[in-house]
Amino acid sequence: MTVSRNGSRGRRAGATRYSAFDLVRRGLSGRDWPPAWRSHDLAGAYDAVVVGGGVHGLATAYCLAANHGITDVAVLDKGYIGGGGSGRNTAIIRANYLTPEGVRFYDRSVKLYERLSVDLNFNVMFSQRGHMTLAHSDGSLRTMRWRAEVNKLQGVDSEVIDPGEVKRLVPAMDTSAHARYPILGALYHPPGGIVRHDAVVWGYARAADAYGVHIHQDTEVVGIDVAGGRVRGVRTTRGTIATSTVVNCTAGWATTVADMAGVALPISTFPLQAAVTEPVKPFLDTVVVSGTLHVYMSQTDRGELVFGASVDPFPSYSTRGSLDFVEGLAGHVLELMPSLSKMRVLRQWAGLCDMTPDYSPIMGVTPVEGFYVDVGWGTYGFKAGPVAGEAMAELVATGKTPELIAVFDLDRFAEGRLVGEKGAASVGH
Amino acid sequence: MMLLPCPWCGPRNAAEFRYAGETKARPDPDTTDPHRWRDYLYARRNPAGWTRETWLHRAGCGRYLVAERHTVTNEVRATHPPAAGGGGAAS
Ligand SMILES: Cc1cc2nc3c(=O)[nH]c(=O)nc-3n(C[C@H](O)[C@H](O)[C@H](O)COP(=O)(O)OP(=O)(O)OC[C@H]3O[C@@H](n4cnc5c(N)ncnc54)[C@H](O)[C@@H]3O)c2cc1C
Ligand SMILES: [Zn+2]
Repeated sequence: MTVSRNGSRGRRAGATRYSAFDLVRRGLSGRDWPPAWRSHDLAGAYDAVVVGGGVHGLATAYCLAANHGITDVAVLDKGYIGGGGSGRNTAIIRANYLTPEGVRFYDRSVKLYERLSVDLNFNVMFSQRGHMTLAHSDGSLRTMRWRAEVNKLQGVDSEVIDPGEVKRLVPAMDTSAHARYPILGALYHPPGGIVRHDAVVWGYARAADAYGVHIHQDTEVVGIDVAGGRVRGVRTTRGTIATSTVVNCTAGWATTVADMAGVALPISTFPLQAAVTEPVKPFLDTVVVSGTLHVYMSQTDRGELVFGASVDPFPSYSTRGSLDFVEGLAGHVLELMPSLSKMRVLRQWAGLCDMTPDYSPIMGVTPVEGFYVDVGWGTYGFKAGPVAGEAMAELVATGKTPELIAVFDLDRFAEGRLVGEKGAASVGH
Repeated sequence: MMLLPCPWCGPRNAAEFRYAGETKARPDPDTTDPHRWRDYLYARRNPAGWTRETWLHRAGCGRYLVAERHTVTNEVRATHPPAAGGGGAAS
């Protein structure tokens, strides 16, 4: 792709750097902070258009500018940035997947998350508190042993621990033999943890804006113009844009946007729900997942417990919560931690997940030249934002598919090369 | 709670049913090619709007039915018995 028509390399002059010094100075002088990102008129043409202002779209735009000097980029979102899955997820970050390709890919993302606050000059509150997946059967204990060995071969810290060690790490857990599904052990992954998801979205938006990327909210893509097998432009509710490069980062809506370009994707959209309780004193400093009980939990910095489960039982674009979900969830939580029986759920919500047949993303080129996809993020894509942005930007800038994402190509379905992450991704997002 | 009207049992809680996928015709395994077969396995229309799909009334009459459902509102405007011969026509 050609570099930058009206953009220039380097950060925007005058963009504020956040620092302790600046905090004190502005605190004392009472001067307002400048907005973290700006609004613009829609230009008639951009070098690249990213559809979807979630973590994937914003990270892709940021990396196009920061890593490749391509700054004439627009990010379009039909609502507000972070209004999709990126503002609704439970923010679990980990690399302990099952396939070597998956482990390498997500480990790169964990590494990028470790330095993201510095790279973006925005505190994303990444807390590597450890991640634990419980085994309640011999079968799942065997899968965990398998995962631990694959992880270690890829240099990822991951080990099977016994119920005594589980109890030491999480004293509130019922590890007795009388539980309905007794805990036989767990896969423990110390570098895993949680992040502040809104901060990641806002940090990328601010950093991309500083490079001159245009972020357009309330701008829905309603058509994609393709002629001669190439992308020519996009039509939006605010006007038409001429461009030769479109990156589809719309997660739950991925097929609706791909349909506009005439590209078929093997994706079904399922709602995924989560819930949060009232805040209590800190007592849980590990992320706990139980695949058998279809539940996972963590405690936020504010003290609330965040709960999640598996996707709703049928595909839908509705983000309405259901009583079925909280009822089932509460029952399962209490089987793990009976002492939580008096806690109250404050709220529940849902987001849309773009599920693929092999629980792995679809990243790369499509039959339409200039139309790229970074989709199929299902219930596990927040953790992949930084690495996906890095890889997609490299693909768009160089025209070559990076090695790290080669296995996630769209052609794998037609060629029968599915990736097979189900064992590690269906409940433990 | 979402109501799904079973053609045999009447309106029932959707939790009694199991979603069984978009209706589509199964290619004949003896004459199909790998490309068509994989399309059958993996391709989905996944519309944000009206769709035709198969459900199983597993906690009721135990029969398969076809529903027309709006995937954004979850409104079900019609249900009927599956077309003779199984799967139902691709729509
Ligand atoms: C309840 C829940 C819990 C989760 N927990 C985890 C977790 O613990 N860890 C993890 O890694 N992942 C988790 N996920 C998955 C994760 O949230 C997603 O995979 C990820 O956020 C996807 O990011 P994205 O940027 O691709 O898409 P999104 O953040 O969904 O953004 C897509 C954007 O596209 C916009 N859009 C759609 N159509 C159009 C259009 N036509 N024109 C313009 N804009 C459009 C939307 O408005 C939206 O803002 C969870 C998801 C949910 C719902
Ligand atoms: Zn019935």
